Amino acid sequence: MRGLLRRFAENPAATAGLIMLAAILFAALTASFFFPGDPMAPRGAPLLPPDGRFPFGTDMLGRDVLAGVFHGARVSLLIGFLSAIVSVLIGVVVGAAAGFFDGAVDDVLVRVTEFFQTIPSFIFAILLVAILTPGVTSIIVAIAVVTWPPIARLARTEFMALRSRQFVEAAVLAGVPRLRIISREILPNAVTPLIVMGSLLVATAILTESSLSFLGLGDPNHISWGYMIGSSRTVFRQAWWLSVFPGCAIVLTVLAINLVGEGLNDALNPHLKGRVKFES
Amino acid sequence: MRIEALNGIAGRFLIALMALMAVGIGLAKADPVRGGTLNSTLWPEPPGLIIGINLNAPTLLPATKIFEGLLTYDFNLNPEPMLAKSWEVSKDGLIYTFHLRHNVKWHDGAPFTSKDVVFSLTKFIPEVHSRSRATFKRVQVTAPDDYTVVVTLKEPYGPLLRSFDAISAPIVPAHIYEGTNYRDNPANRHPIGTGPFKFDEWKPGQYIHLVRNDDYYIKGEPYLDDIYYRFIPDSASRALALESGQVQLATQNDLELVDVKRLNSNPSLKVTTKGWEWGSPISWLEMNIRRKPFDDVRFRKAVMYALDRNFIRDTIFFGFAKVATGPIHSSSPFYTDDVTKYAYDPAKAKALLDEMGLKPDADGVRVKIGLLGLPYGEMWDRLSQYIKQALGAVGVEVTLQPSDVAGWGNRIANWDVDMSTTYLTTLSDPALGVARTYLTDNQKKGVLFTNTSGYSNPEVDKLFAEAASLPDQDKRKALYDKAQKILTDQVALAWLVELQWPTVYSAKLKNVVINGLGPNGNFASAYFEK
Repeated sequence: MRGLLRRFAENPAATAGLIMLAAILFAALTASFFFPGDPMAPRGAPLLPPDGRFPFGTDMLGRDVLAGVFHGARVSLLIGFLSAIVSVLIGVVVGAAAGFFDGAVDDVLVRVTEFFQTIPSFIFAILLVAILTPGVTSIIVAIAVVTWPPIARLARTEFMALRSRQFVEAAVLAGVPRLRIISREILPNAVTPLIVMGSLLVATAILTESSLSFLGLGDPNHISWGYMIGSSRTVFRQAWWLSVFPGCAIVLTVLAINLVGEGLNDALNPHLKGRVKFES
Repeated sequence: MRIEALNGIAGRFLIALMALMAVGIGLAKADPVRGGTLNSTLWPEPPGLIIGINLNAPTLLPATKIFEGLLTYDFNLNPEPMLAKSWEVSKDGLIYTFHLRHNVKWHDGAPFTSKDVVFSLTKFIPEVHSRSRATFKRVQVTAPDDYTVVVTLKEPYGPLLRSFDAISAPIVPAHIYEGTNYRDNPANRHPIGTGPFKFDEWKPGQYIHLVRNDDYYIKGEPYLDDIYYRFIPDSASRALALESGQVQLATQNDLELVDVKRLNSNPSLKVTTKGWEWGSPISWLEMNIRRKPFDDVRFRKAVMYALDRNFIRDTIFFGFAKVATGPIHSSSPFYTDDVTKYAYDPAKAKALLDEMGLKPDADGVRVKIGLLGLPYGEMWDRLSQYIKQALGAVGVEVTLQPSDVAGWGNRIANWDVDMSTTYLTTLSDPALGVARTYLTDNQKKGVLFTNTSGYSNPEVDKLFAEAASLPDQDKRKALYDKAQKILTDQVALAWLVELQWPTVYSAKLKNVVINGLGPNGNFASAYFEK
């Protein structure tokens, strides 16, 4: 563990990402402290450019854009992490079953996975949200439903590779129940690539949520960065600050999560990193 | 002055000077110039061009150049001649006699006669025109000769004279439609009318092209050579097309109001909000009176006091609106200002809610309700959000319920809603466009734009019924005044603002908005200044 942390800290890009992510988490956690009350409530005159009182300006209804960016961090991170967790859970269960049991179970699960992969994911997400009526829960469900197949395929490959290893065969011969073999023997050894992929999935989920909100399919009762951009894109020529600040927030968050994910990948696979270094 | 008496250089100089002055006067008067192509935006692409079979706004804008009515209406909705050059109404208000123009031809060359009018009013409109069907089912139409039409009522019906424009009563060719299935007639794809412009071509996804009708009955008109209605799907692109001069006309919902504000300062463009008098749209917040707490008039009054409608006008509609005081549009001759008014006063709203016994809980919430906002884009979303905030400030927690257009209509029509926002055209006469929202017997479950709020008051029913059946304008107004007072006092709906749809056009384009039909006029006299 200490080696892992050291390797991670030695990577400047990953450290920068972690600092950025910490800052965004800080914004999310302190949103109610710095900006109490509903961020959707008007605070001043509409369309004020950035100044001392409103560093990020106000929007078309006189709402504080800075407050929106802080509160929006909550929705974005909540949806990003929750949908990634749900997606990883679905993916691991399906992938583990397919990779471990082989045969008919594998065939059926792989066909189902492929079925989901053939549908364009963003269009599918739009469809799901539209059917389930827009809201935080329906967006999490939609993102999880469209993003689990790659996780399932990765988990399946890992499980198939590990299944024929000697320590697994030993466990089988010792009469350990299958569920226990899956959860105690194989999963811990397959978890590294899954963690890396899951962390990158958080970034994808945040982007998807922003796109849905941009298209007006967000939860209208919660402020989110995508909604802020979508609702102000028509006044971009009059009020650039409405789109630019939440846009920067999305870029920074997604960049930070990607850097952290890459850093995790390098730290968890020291051999891989060494090789890359050697070759370059 | 005797010109022959003027001799020599001085005399010739004087004549030249007079000629110059005459030219100068001519220029100042700016005689209409023949020629030029008008490009207009049109969005969305209409489903068809036959008025009556389709009544969508994008159908009407091009189709009113092709088809005409017997009359048209000025800014005060008084009748003006169109296919009828004059008309008389009998003293008892039962017999309307129209004298038709003699020199009118259909676009295919056939002469226009009273036969076409009788066919349109008695067969075509009652069959296809959902809005005017009820009006023309009341009348008998006869033609004593080729150029006279007599419309007879069994009992007086006040709004009849306001029902003969090209939108309410389009005159279609009998020789093409009589005896056919109107909705499947091949002429629907190549409309034949009497208007100043003839249909030329419809390129799906691109444009509708109309060309000058050289046989138009007013000599010299129309001035324009042709009109293109171009389908431009994005409002920002439409605004850019106007700024770059690619199109010279846009109206209604074509532009975001925030863009209109910008375009207004462009010297090569003009903006007017006149020309939608026939439609007179009012937006409102509807409360489902069948449900609690909306059944209590104190709650509805509290909602009125809690909303700052000046803010809605200025911030959400960017000033292109007027605060509505009640059910009848202020441009209507039946409008009265003498109604119960609700200035923005959150303290009063809270007091009313307290009086009802709706006390705030620990979080300051008195009651929780849902709001189904009109899903027509960001402006309407902002309206919903403002309502949520404003009602939240007095302790009414609003949950916004997102929806698509079909779902929105479905839920309102089936009374499956707490509150909803909408706008409705109140049309040229309260009997046509206003009464439908308040009459008890117009509560038709499943049908949109009926009395969906569930408001019911026998006195109001009686006032509306009586007002519709009187021929006398002043007596009608007295009845409508009374109805407006009762409706505002009981807050049948929370009226928000009268929408003022802007028409933006090139400063060189003249005579675009010349009467109450505005951009839905026939454009016969529109021209480009050189």
